[in-house]
Amino acid sequence: MTTTDISVLAAMLRAAIGDGQVISDRQELRTYECDGLAQYKVIPALVALPRSAQECAAVVRACVEAAVPFVARGSGTGLSGGALPHADGVLIVTSQLRAIREIAPQDERAVVEPGVINLQVTRAATPYGYYYAPDPSSQQICSIGGNVAENSGGAHCLKYGFTTNHVTGLQVVTPDGDLVRLGGRAPDAPGYDLLGAFVGSEGTLGIATEVTVRLVRLPESVRTLLAAFRGTDEAGAATSAIIGAGVVPAAIEMMDALAIEAAEAAVHCGYPQGAGAVLVVELDGPAPEVAAQFTQVEGFCRSNGAFEIRVAADEAERALFWKGRKSAFAAVGRISPDYIVQDGVIPRTALPEVLRRIAEISRERGVRVANVFHAGDGNLHPLVLFDDSVEGQAEQAEEVSGAIIDLCVEYGGSITGEHGVGMDKAKYMPRMYSDDDLDTMQLVRCAFDPRGLANPGKVFPTPRLCGEVPGRHKGAHPLQEAGVAEVF
Amino acid sequence: MPDAALAALRGASHEASSRTNHTDGVWLADDEPVLPGIRPRYVAAPGSTAEAAAVLRAAAAHDLAVVVCGGMTKQDWAAPPRRCDLVLSTRRLIGVVEHVAGDLIAVVRAGTLVTELRQLLAPAGQQLALDAPLPGATVGGTVAVSTSGPRRMLYGTVRDLLIGVTVVRPDGVVAHAGGKVVKNVAGYDLGKLITGSYGTLGLVTECAFRLHPSPAASAYVSRRVADPAAAGRLVADVLGAQVVPSALEVDAPPEGGFEVVVLLEGTAEGVAGRAVRTIRLLGGDAAISDAAPGWWSAYPWGSGDVGLKLTAALSGVPALLGAALAARERHGVPLRLRGSAGTGVLYVGLPGTAAPQTVAGVVDALRAAARDVSGHAVVLTAPAAVREHVDLWGPVEGLELMRRIKQQFDPDARFAPGRFVGGI
Repeated sequence: MTTTDISVLAAMLRAAIGDGQVISDRQELRTYECDGLAQYKVIPALVALPRSAQECAAVVRACVEAAVPFVARGSGTGLSGGALPHADGVLIVTSQLRAIREIAPQDERAVVEPGVINLQVTRAATPYGYYYAPDPSSQQICSIGGNVAENSGGAHCLKYGFTTNHVTGLQVVTPDGDLVRLGGRAPDAPGYDLLGAFVGSEGTLGIATEVTVRLVRLPESVRTLLAAFRGTDEAGAATSAIIGAGVVPAAIEMMDALAIEAAEAAVHCGYPQGAGAVLVVELDGPAPEVAAQFTQVEGFCRSNGAFEIRVAADEAERALFWKGRKSAFAAVGRISPDYIVQDGVIPRTALPEVLRRIAEISRERGVRVANVFHAGDGNLHPLVLFDDSVEGQAEQAEEVSGAIIDLCVEYGGSITGEHGVGMDKAKYMPRMYSDDDLDTMQLVRCAFDPRGLANPGKVFPTPRLCGEVPGRHKGAHPLQEAGVAEVF
Repeated sequence: MPDAALAALRGASHEASSRTNHTDGVWLADDEPVLPGIRPRYVAAPGSTAEAAAVLRAAAAHDLAVVVCGGMTKQDWAAPPRRCDLVLSTRRLIGVVEHVAGDLIAVVRAGTLVTELRQLLAPAGQQLALDAPLPGATVGGTVAVSTSGPRRMLYGTVRDLLIGVTVVRPDGVVAHAGGKVVKNVAGYDLGKLITGSYGTLGLVTECAFRLHPSPAASAYVSRRVADPAAAGRLVADVLGAQVVPSALEVDAPPEGGFEVVVLLEGTAEGVAGRAVRTIRLLGGDAAISDAAPGWWSAYPWGSGDVGLKLTAALSGVPALLGAALAARERHGVPLRLRGSAGTGVLYVGLPGTAAPQTVAGVVDALRAAARDVSGHAVVLTAPAAVREHVDLWGPVEGLELMRRIKQQFDPDARFAPGRFVGGI
């Protein structure tokens, strides 16, 4: 886009949503150059901060008229570069759409704007005896709109499912700039499940402007234990025994020695000395059943070699167990100047084998890998450590990270369990899906976004041509042609 | 005259299968009553995804309209297709491809009966937590129509349990989405789009499901009440308590009154304890039973009747129950009402012999009532005479996007054309 084009579009956007809601100053734009995956940086041409669904739609319509791509951004905590701006595009930031419209315990629903922070929904629902179940580790800062785009998970999705299982309705701005409602408070709206297609589409099918989520009854009882093992094999065997017995814990999380070391250094969570692996297991539900199953879980941990088991006596101790786990990514910064957070999935039963192979790769390449994962559902978060100031280390770490993803695919798993494909993993999609598979997914994209303006370059390694594209302009700038803007 | 399309279908089937009998995979539909009111020319029963793809490529080349059928339990649902040249049966696409008990997943071919799958998984102490309201339904048909039963309250519906899918597109291209692990956000979730698409986007050949452990114990706690307000109160009381029901159903037979039934599942001691609490919650003459009531998980209508699905925001369930009873009285029809009150999904059955104008009146009343509580009223099945008098679907949000989806997947409108919303 030329400077002139940008000024024309900026004027158009200012007219639509107000002067203060559009950023065009280069220094200010720099604030938005990356999301949670800071290794990719692109300064957007413009940033728009709509304050309502209608304003958001107006921004998208302006982008369509100008044939300019747009990228939606919530809190910018995504770890796959899904909200990485487009240099010639508009970054639409939803952080000013942050009203909780309604907490409706009688409907077991909450209606919120996309900029609302995940944890705020739970806080607002708790007085009524309800909460919002999906709990990504970033839940204190990540937005519901971002959760919808990424189909975010969290530690407790083992039992409760992901964002897609908890969103019942959306209002979205389509890539045409239309406001459309998908689903609602009631289940099973007639027609294709566009809601299901939209959740997890990473901003490539439009922008959510209102989200109706399911509220879940707060469990009567929650019990949490921390079990220390000599190594990950023993911890993995305990996990298998728990699942094999038909127990469905709310969460089973594992950390290996290096991850524990990092967590200790960062948050002093006081995990048992000498642990080669720890498991955090949480059970919730009706008190008598939780008590019975908790005893069972303790038994499985002991019989598989746990040398110390701590049971959270109160909420403070429970929080401490989780603190070590939830801060693990950032904590790794204490033991390594730089690191890559990987996110892959394997069938849970392949865990011991895959961990051995990750250790082999780590040894062979001389790159340290700390492992943190949702053991219950096989979602691995290997943290590949490196020092960017040493030449070649970044590339080496990237290779190790890629090799781990190959392992996930080899074992029949996935290249991402919750962080999304975004910019970072589009290149890995062909390792998991055939050309025909990807082509078929892109049929959906062509239906929603034939012009390919919504978050282009993400998810898919190569765009698909959608055939006849409505409203493609040639010649004079469309905004000038339409007489709605002048050149400044 | 030689039939070029038949020859092409047979050639494709033969080449892609190991069967030696040339006519075995594709035959003329002449002598077979395939679908009510529809006269297709050919029937194909491929034995593999590859064979299905070959047959569908041949069908595309000859511009044949295709209707997929499984257990034939829901072919009278939605609108009859405008065109049907080829019936593609999943009767040979059967069996479990893979069941990994340790990972709680199974990959199943589409023609497998849901009830058979249940028996296959039971020895491992596992289940696909989907009820089968229609005996004889296949896995593929259950996915295509997204039927659900009482236990949707705890386990969700097809969309929550389907983790991977293999689809043959109308142009014969084979596509996979999702995978074999529960946690997976790589790419679009095509499984959700296919679920409930009534065979209008392609043929499902294989499904990967998330499984659940079979509960060690279960109990049904029930109570009869006279009116919808009382039933609604009981439903709200159970929802607000901590008894974690797997299902919360109501049944209102034409004779009058309501039965409210709570299904509890879990460990033996746990279920016993929660059953006692539930009896106290329901009050009155609430009783506990090991066995489900006779009507459990069945639709409140029979073959040839009118069947409706009503949905509501949870707090609107009592109003919807009331509206259904009011319609019964006002129109003087033996309306049967049943459903998952704990999730806001109700079903209504009317006799197939009811006058079309009467049915239309009931549908209008229920649609208005459902709309008032953020829900919908959809006519799932009805005799031909009734269909002419009613709009099966009612208002559909996002219809324009749906048409565009159909246009992308099936640009020549050959897969069950006209069956779905908006004439899709």
